[in-house]
Amino acid sequence: MIPYQLIWLIFFLPLISFAVIALVVRPLVKPGNRISGYLAIAAIGGSLALSIWTLFSVMQQASHEIAVPAITWLSIGSLSVQIGILMDSLTAVMLVVVTLVSLMVQIYSQGYMRGDPGYHRYFAWMSLFTMSMLGLVLANNLLMMFVFWEMVGLSSYLLIGFWFHKPAAANAAKKAFIVTRLGDFGFLAALLLLFANTGTFDIIALRGLAISGVLGGAVLTWAAIGIFAGAAGKSAQFPLHVWLPDAMEGPTPVSALIHAATMVAAGVFLVARTLPLFEHSLVAMNTVAIIGGFTAIFAATMGLVAFDIKRVLAYSTVSQLGYMMLGLATGGVAVGIFHLFNHAFFKALLFLGAGSVNHATGTFDMREMGGLRKVMPWTYGLFIVGSLSLAGIWPLAGFWSKDEVLASALDKQPILFVLALITVFMTAFYMFRAVFMTFTGASRAKTHHEHAEGHSIRHESPAVMLVPMIILGVLAVVSGFWNVTGGFNAFMGEAGETHSFIAGLFGVFAHPLPWIALLVACSGVALAAIMYNTRLLSPEKVGKLFKPLYTLFLNKYWLDQLYEKLFVNNFLLNKLFAGFQWFDTGVVDGAANGAGDATNAAGKALRRAQTGQLQVYALTLGLGLIAIIVCVLIFGH
Amino acid sequence: MGLLSLIIFLPVLGVILIALIPRLAEKTIKWLAAVFTFIPLALAFYLFFVFDRSSGSIGVMQFQENLSWIPAINSFYHVGVDGISLPLVLLMAILGFLVVLISWKVHLRVKEYFIWLLLLETSILGVFASLDLLLFFLFWEIEIVPMYFLISIWGTGRRSYSAMKYVIFTLVGSAFMLAGILALYFTTGSLNMLEITQKIGAAAAVIPLTAIFFLLIIGFAIKLPVFPLHTWLPDAHTDAPTGVSVVLAGALLKMGGYGIIRVCVSIFPDVARTWAPLFIVLAVIGIIYGAAITLRQTDLKRLIAYSSVSHMGYVLLGIFALSQVSLVGASLQMFSHGIVTGLLFAMAGLVMHNAGERDLRKLGGLAKQTPLIAVVFSLAGLASLGLPLTSGFAAEFLVFVGAFSSKVVAGIQVYTLISAIGVVLAAGYILWMIQRVFFGPALEKFNAVKDADKLEMVYMVAFVALILLVGIFPSILTNIYNMGIEPIAKFLIP
Repeated sequence: MIPYQLIWLIFFLPLISFAVIALVVRPLVKPGNRISGYLAIAAIGGSLALSIWTLFSVMQQASHEIAVPAITWLSIGSLSVQIGILMDSLTAVMLVVVTLVSLMVQIYSQGYMRGDPGYHRYFAWMSLFTMSMLGLVLANNLLMMFVFWEMVGLSSYLLIGFWFHKPAAANAAKKAFIVTRLGDFGFLAALLLLFANTGTFDIIALRGLAISGVLGGAVLTWAAIGIFAGAAGKSAQFPLHVWLPDAMEGPTPVSALIHAATMVAAGVFLVARTLPLFEHSLVAMNTVAIIGGFTAIFAATMGLVAFDIKRVLAYSTVSQLGYMMLGLATGGVAVGIFHLFNHAFFKALLFLGAGSVNHATGTFDMREMGGLRKVMPWTYGLFIVGSLSLAGIWPLAGFWSKDEVLASALDKQPILFVLALITVFMTAFYMFRAVFMTFTGASRAKTHHEHAEGHSIRHESPAVMLVPMIILGVLAVVSGFWNVTGGFNAFMGEAGETHSFIAGLFGVFAHPLPWIALLVACSGVALAAIMYNTRLLSPEKVGKLFKPLYTLFLNKYWLDQLYEKLFVNNFLLNKLFAGFQWFDTGVVDGAANGAGDATNAAGKALRRAQTGQLQVYALTLGLGLIAIIVCVLIFGH
Repeated sequence: MGLLSLIIFLPVLGVILIALIPRLAEKTIKWLAAVFTFIPLALAFYLFFVFDRSSGSIGVMQFQENLSWIPAINSFYHVGVDGISLPLVLLMAILGFLVVLISWKVHLRVKEYFIWLLLLETSILGVFASLDLLLFFLFWEIEIVPMYFLISIWGTGRRSYSAMKYVIFTLVGSAFMLAGILALYFTTGSLNMLEITQKIGAAAAVIPLTAIFFLLIIGFAIKLPVFPLHTWLPDAHTDAPTGVSVVLAGALLKMGGYGIIRVCVSIFPDVARTWAPLFIVLAVIGIIYGAAITLRQTDLKRLIAYSSVSHMGYVLLGIFALSQVSLVGASLQMFSHGIVTGLLFAMAGLVMHNAGERDLRKLGGLAKQTPLIAVVFSLAGLASLGLPLTSGFAAEFLVFVGAFSSKVVAGIQVYTLISAIGVVLAAGYILWMIQRVFFGPALEKFNAVKDADKLEMVYMVAFVALILLVGIFPSILTNIYNMGIEPIAKFLIP
């Protein structure tokens, strides 16, 4: 079994790499040197090795847990925070996902970011992100989780805005931070509510209190909904999804790692971590299911019409995260997390594929692509594998986990099941729309590119980028096999049947549901082929036919306008806050200045009374005396 | 003379040397100022390390010096520190030295500038260390004089208006405070804060205790500042020279928060409990309304100044939530705001000095030309918006947790949640500011702008190290705060 000190090392290795790159390499080493990349890769490679060791150690334990002693971080009166590691099967799986995808992406980045003036900064931020994400995964209490939750938010901000000289990137970074922070407000409120009622942040203790019923009623419901608000912000669930498509302004490997495979899945992880709290509140559980199911189809509709290949993938990510939420709410930890596990590999692969295409063409706009199949066969093949997996085609990874989500939704939420099934169709359609627009047909490349240097000739990407993609491609095929035997469910502690691999592989077709799902997915692929490959049906004509819907999807339901223009700019900044400002200078400060002026004026007026003429003084004196006498006569009795 | 007195009066010794030695070179004056602020800093750290943290010393004043001063009115030169005041003495000592470095590029009437600056340090240190109310009041009043000259001579913009406004606001508060101190004296016959705390319950008050409480708190509320007494702050901060803005935001505002805890809450726990709802509402208004107005600012320094109104609201919320955790949070927020906003003002000053521009609408793209300033400015900003692992988060989180679970004030949960919206707004104005100054395409007009030099690196590193240290290991400070807060919190439970 792995010594617990080494589990801590999983977290500290990327931290060390961050510190060394930020404090030593960046100030002292020339920008052309690639040492920072090697450092980051060595650190994350070490973390991956330790994570795999940890996973096997956890598997060997009968309880699927390893005890790690906690440390007191803060102690004030009744408040005591013990930080430590919660090492169970969920943590172990997440560790491997995070470190594995992170390693692949950082190797790929060696090629993708080569020659960028911010090369050192890039790997420093990447290490910071990995450290934060691992801290989040390892956390044994909600406060520690919140700390690293915000830190991954920071890393995401820094990496989205990596090319900060582009106003679009700087805006997207700010938007991502603020929108997720809006969700974090809910998370924070949940923390306060839970602490005020239980006096602890410890996850195991809180789960125990929820299961035993000590923690229940409205408190539990609100706490769970607060936690889900945080999760919805980070996992880009409706109505807080608006930041993720914009986040595509960051470098593409960043999108692959942070905005597809790991950080955006943190919300799903958080809900899985605290699932017993949700399970004891029907309202909270239904909220998760409905938001998840709705987001899945809602995001998919916008993916249907996007022209930017990364945005298609971004909407797809939002949609798949919705699936995971639906899976958690209807099928439990194993179902939701299994989809997260598979999704991490095939979606990272797809993003790296998009990056590879960009590397060759200098654009993300699919209208300027076409015909890349011949130029970059490896990228094409791998992109197809990723798309098939995402579309849920048997026997690739996506099929297995999506099937479980659909099955549990059918069982618990039939209406959401129908939405999810429609989403399967859309998913297959938009992915193969992207495949055909990008890789088949004739080239629609414009002759002049902004990124002319090195990109003018279309080419296949170098091996340093292809090898990580091939590894992820293999995983996109096989990662789903873990649960063909029922092994993943058993590892996650779910009771269920286990069977031999071959029996599971074909036995799944004994049920009608996989047939239906496959048929729906295949028809999605077929429609995409008819419209974008063979052109039997013109996409423009279809677009005209459904003009209102098309406009609605293309404009993202006008939610960006509603939030930014109407609410934030028009209402908050220019009405309410402007009113406050007017009040502050006009009324509050005006009163202070007015008091000063009044004192001045009173002084001036009184000075006029000091005429120096005795007659006037005597007159005043006499009048005052009379006034006193009158008063005494009237009120005296 | 004890160590505490040395810390307080060494800057005055510096003042005397600078004032009396004729024909001093500019450099020599600055070095003298650096030496006579560095020794107090070193001593303050020494006190911090040798401070007795054993459970037997909870609530005990340490390093006390008690000399008869004016026997006729029973007034003493009585100084000492406990867990609440020691970190503030340390904060002022840190800022005192760093501000000399920050002011290194002042070339206008250097001699007078540093005389006033050192005098300011002594007066603020005196406020935090005094245990005699008359002595406390004396230091409180002395501080006005250097502030007036520093703003009106070395300031910018409407500096004489702002300086005068500062003086009048403070003096109005002081007048009420003096009346309150007199009332306390005639009630208990003592000026010793510790004695008064014990005697006040049994003594027959000359005027109702509630009246004394309010007389005293008006002065503190103006200084903190509490809505609606805050309008002097944006003007004074904006127009003061950089170094003075740092002391003003970093240490001077804390005199208000410290006074409320040490005098109002400690001496009048029952009155504080009765009136807590009022102050909590004012705190919430300060937080949200302050943040909202911050979002409308276009001047770099004015934006940071208004953010202080919002951040000091958390101090007031923490204090009047009246629980042990929330009071520790409020105290930590004072320290944290001191280093975070101190650094923000220092960096704003650096941007203004190097780029010659303070209008956020005209700045932009500086991250290319001044990467070091950009990193440190952003870090200070992140601490200001309460990012975890910075001091800002630890402090605000403790205020929230302490306030939300406080059993003292009914309905406080709602107020706490409304206050937490301030954190979202803070993200808005801080990130907007950073984007406006540093991001976007690099502008040609700033091509000649210099990045931070070695001297500036020294204080930048010191500030950043402190912010991270307190953020990652808040117990360094919370353990010591707790020693002063625990005895007070006991009397607050109804």
